[in-house]
Amino acid sequence: MLELALKGGKKYYGWMTFLMVIVGIGFLFYLRQLDFGLGITGLSRDVSWGFYIANFTFLVGVAAGGVMVVLPYYLHDYKAFGKVTILGEFLAISSVLMCVTFILVDLGQPMRIMNVFLYPTPGSVLFWDTIVLNGYLFLNIIIGWNVLEAERNGVHYQKWLKPLIYISIPWAVSIHTVTAYLYCGLPGRGFWMTAILAPRFLASAFAAGPALLILCCLIIRRVSNFDPGREQIQSLAKIVAYAICINVFFFVCEVFVVFYSQIPEHMDHIKYLFVGLHGHGAYVPWMWASMILMLVGIILTVNPITRKNEGVLAVACVAIFLGTWIDKGLGMIAGGFTPSPLHEINEYIPSLPEIGIALGVWAMGFLVMTALFKIAVSVKEEVRG
Amino acid sequence: MDSSRRRVLQLLGVSALALTTKPVFNAFAKQEQAAETEAAFKDGKKSLKAKQWAMVIDTRKFESEADLEPLAEVCHKIHNVPHLQNKRHEIKWIWGTHYHNAFPGKAARFLQESVEHRPFLVLCNHCENPPCVRACPTNATFKRDADGIVFMDFHRCIGCRFCMAACPFGARSFNYRDPRPFIGETNKEFPTRMKGVVEKCNFCAERLAVGQLPACVEASNGALAFGDLYDPASEVRKLIRTNYTIRRKQTLGTEPSVYYIV
Repeated sequence: MLELALKGGKKYYGWMTFLMVIVGIGFLFYLRQLDFGLGITGLSRDVSWGFYIANFTFLVGVAAGGVMVVLPYYLHDYKAFGKVTILGEFLAISSVLMCVTFILVDLGQPMRIMNVFLYPTPGSVLFWDTIVLNGYLFLNIIIGWNVLEAERNGVHYQKWLKPLIYISIPWAVSIHTVTAYLYCGLPGRGFWMTAILAPRFLASAFAAGPALLILCCLIIRRVSNFDPGREQIQSLAKIVAYAICINVFFFVCEVFVVFYSQIPEHMDHIKYLFVGLHGHGAYVPWMWASMILMLVGIILTVNPITRKNEGVLAVACVAIFLGTWIDKGLGMIAGGFTPSPLHEINEYIPSLPEIGIALGVWAMGFLVMTALFKIAVSVKEEVRG
Repeated sequence: MDSSRRRVLQLLGVSALALTTKPVFNAFAKQEQAAETEAAFKDGKKSLKAKQWAMVIDTRKFESEADLEPLAEVCHKIHNVPHLQNKRHEIKWIWGTHYHNAFPGKAARFLQESVEHRPFLVLCNHCENPPCVRACPTNATFKRDADGIVFMDFHRCIGCRFCMAACPFGARSFNYRDPRPFIGETNKEFPTRMKGVVEKCNFCAERLAVGQLPACVEASNGALAFGDLYDPASEVRKLIRTNYTIRRKQTLGTEPSVYYIV
């Protein structure tokens, strides 16, 4: 089926070339980072994780979000989603690839990555995160590929896939839960130390993932002869609506606990992000923009009139995707490190090369995603003749 | 796909699985093995031994930053700690800070004047229950069974910096660039580091091994005491018994081994 990714029109090749150029630029910046070290980023002794890890965290969510089409179809026999499950699985594959790459570019000694497997450390959450992420990647490759191939050949997929499909559902939940455990189990980091972090991550994941999927469906309908379907998009939109509401609700729970208890260790981080602390407030406009975007998303997806209008829905999905990205991909990590354990404030601003590398990773993911979607759509077109 | 190709792929898959499972089994089997390897490691005759090394810092004996400087200087000199101008890339094993930075959450609104102005020496606490060791995905940082030192293997560290996020004391530094050009005079007795790895205070394990006290203790003119926390006759226990001491962020349960007399 891979050959299907190579047969495309001018627009397809143009888009792929564009992505490849960005990947290339990112790679050049990465060569510089390999040579100099992580000093070319904005990271510091106090804020030792930043843009890479934040994007990683956000994308784990997008990957987990793919399960929102798999679950209703396979568990509840919601037939309409049969058309789009493959898109969910392929979205998961490309997102996990981005996640793994973000981890790789974040390492100080990437050539030692195999140490994680040579000296497995069951007590480390990062060890488990590696396991669940790679597991999820392989599950989705195996399932997605075989199911699509079966569809192409006009036969039912192999029986042995069924247990894997069922396993992939809780597995999707696990990848984001374990990712949250990376942060929420650390003593002395008040911002992350909350039992609601994993649920919050999942809620924003189930909003951001399907939101991106809706946008992809709308694009696919435009550029191909395959229509993912109005009902499918509307059902996804309802999932997004619930998930984004729950995400904001969880955040409100967090804010209540922190500001009613008034424990400084927990308050200071949220203060830093939303109103600034001791004169430092680089993230303030971003965090408020995130809140506004998510609220706009709620209004537009909950209200049936706006949700049913696909143009407005697209705007809502962009707002939700951006809003959750700022929340998780920008504030979540830097906010947890500021102020530092010694209560000092050293603001973290991602550097230009750092953003370049991150864009390169995103472009790589979208390149893979486009190729995979191209294959899926071509098969669908073929089958429907 | 013809059947022979499928067969080869299956074989490849099975062998890959077999190769990857071995280290996992090893990890779980490690606990029994650990005792043997420990016994095989030969201690020098002169080496100082303890169940858990600990430090008591008599902060009353430090009046200004200048009093701390020689301690940090000798430490950083013998351990090849680079001097980097860029504050973001700074590497430090031991340094002085204010009371409210060393003990955030413990600083009252109004403080005794001398405490407010006194510098507090901070370093790795060599916790009895270290969160950094829990976090490390490769065991590059580990707690030595023999003497409780939280140690680092610079050659195994992959530079993921999970330990830095896990440490509630900000004790760890990362080599954001090649540190070697920034080392004043390289001490050939101690390894230099490369870019991309984490480092921190090692309680001068290399000195203890040859019967010497940590360099900062030696340079402190008696302001710092060092000894076995579990030996009731040790100097640190004597000081803890006779003085009121506090530890940093004790409520977190990491059980720091550095005690402060205020």
